[in-house]
Amino acid sequence: MAIIRDIMPAFELFQPATTEDAQALLARYGKDAWVLAGGLDSFDWLKDRIKRPGVVVDLSQIQELRGVREVNGGLEIGAMTTLTDVVRHPVVKQRFSILSTGAEAAASPQIRNQGTLGGNVSQDARCWYYRGGWKCYRAGGNICFADTPTAINREHAILGADRCVAVNPSDTAPALIVLDAQMVIRNSKGERVVNAEDYFIGPGTDIMRMTVLRPGDLLTAIRIPSTWAGAHFYFEKIRDRQVWDFPLVNVASAAVFSGDRIERIRLAVNGVAAHPMRLKKVEDAVTGKTRDEATAEMAGKLAIEGAEPLRYNGYKIPLMRNLVKRSIRGVQEAAWAS
Amino acid sequence: MGIIDWATSPWGEDVPVHISFFLLWVSAIAGLLFLIIHAIWVRYFAKAEAFAGATPPALASSIPAKVPRHSLAARLFHWIMAAAMFALLITAFLPKVGVQFPWVTYHWIAGLVLTASILFHIVHASFWLDFKSIWPDKIDLQDGVRRLQRATGKNAPVPRRSGKYPLENKMYHAVIVLAGLSVMITGVFMMSRVRTPIFLRNPYLFGDMTWGMMYVLHGLAGVGLIALIMVHVYFAVRPEKLVITKSMVFGTLDRDHYLHHHDPQRWPVTGSSPEERQMTA
Repeated sequence: MAIIRDIMPAFELFQPATTEDAQALLARYGKDAWVLAGGLDSFDWLKDRIKRPGVVVDLSQIQELRGVREVNGGLEIGAMTTLTDVVRHPVVKQRFSILSTGAEAAASPQIRNQGTLGGNVSQDARCWYYRGGWKCYRAGGNICFADTPTAINREHAILGADRCVAVNPSDTAPALIVLDAQMVIRNSKGERVVNAEDYFIGPGTDIMRMTVLRPGDLLTAIRIPSTWAGAHFYFEKIRDRQVWDFPLVNVASAAVFSGDRIERIRLAVNGVAAHPMRLKKVEDAVTGKTRDEATAEMAGKLAIEGAEPLRYNGYKIPLMRNLVKRSIRGVQEAAWAS
Repeated sequence: MGIIDWATSPWGEDVPVHISFFLLWVSAIAGLLFLIIHAIWVRYFAKAEAFAGATPPALASSIPAKVPRHSLAARLFHWIMAAAMFALLITAFLPKVGVQFPWVTYHWIAGLVLTASILFHIVHASFWLDFKSIWPDKIDLQDGVRRLQRATGKNAPVPRRSGKYPLENKMYHAVIVLAGLSVMITGVFMMSRVRTPIFLRNPYLFGDMTWGMMYVLHGLAGVGLIALIMVHVYFAVRPEKLVITKSMVFGTLDRDHYLHHHDPQRWPVTGSSPEERQMTA
């Protein structure tokens, strides 16, 4: 089991100053290299001695990975841009406010000052069996301790479980999915661009990873096209502690209305599956419909189709249904999110 | 680097969790080496096949031009099992070499097809086919020793012709039975660890150690099947074996091949109607 210790374990630390140097290090050390962004996920793993990389590549010195740039009417946000910088950036606030809302919902001010957008979307699952050092499926074993009859699984998945029932804890991920963002990934072979909704993977595809990033890969930037700029946005996060906590469920939507009619919409939720889920069926069902209670009700019911609760997380089904409903219909108290 | 990955259970016991997956490369390389060595042996060193005894002309003339070898049911079983086996190997090992896709559902569906086909085969072979024909007998073993002695330059009597299946075929079948039953039985139990519409999930069906051994056995048999299937496909496409492969498609062997390689006393083909002959095949 994990033993919390005051000092970091020994590893070789590299602090490259350029992306090229970082890529070269990741290519050289492969699986033995750990990419360190803000460190908020990493330090737990390292200090608990659960992950034991021989090499840590700290990206904090690479200036080109920081900052928000306007490109072709959209934005390119460096993966090392802090959540606070994302929240405060005027163009993000003005045109893509759902991202600043999502980023602001993450953690606490201190954590947002240190945590990065790249780190937030690439963070690992928070399942305590997994993070406690038990050799579960996600850790390379052959069982999910959270999916046993006596497991404590209040925060776990209701959808898309495949052996592992951990959920993705990111608040910015659903916002990026509804903004149709693209993730720019570089490795020694070159650059590839992946749609945000394809960046996250479930346990059926690879039970030991939450994103498409493989050893040697580096998320360098997140591009947000102008497609949804200025749309009507809705973001809501439900958590146990309002001061700071991971989401039990969060929902994000971007919609364009023509009068009362929903002209186009994108909708995503997180905290219900091992990857943030774009609700394509719901989007298709409500597009062209009037934005009213009946449409919202139908959307909510459709969203939870196929949900399978575990012993202690049945509450997530009505929670998700109601959040989706509210994201379609809108609520007075969530006006700040629009 | 061990061949088994271990973990500590919640009760503090060291338990196996699965095999180390480098073994899949060991199996693949072993299979490849066998193919290369065998191909070189056949091309440069092997002597021409020779068999003792000859079929009396009267008996030979009663053999039909096309000797029935595999019934339609047996052939269907073989090809369904082959498709399931390839699906299982692809879904099991492609993700391990970096090709990512949601493999688990495809894997257990293929596993159920394999299980059903194996169960069918056991019943079919036990009650409708000559069950003993696939298991090595005393003559097979004696002739196997003779062939080995002759291949290594020692004096030994010329081996006799085989029954329906030569010794190599019987030995391969025995190994594939072991590996196949191992993956099948462990796989069916392992389905209770994943969500399927068929079994109620029950991770507590066995203790951690038993589960671990089950995963290890499943893995060992699974990687073993990589080499076994490579060898099987290799022999299926070798020129001198194509006649046997064709018999698994069309169901029959040519009379000349039958008379040259098989002893009608040990594999009698009697009767004049196709139905009667089929019963003995």
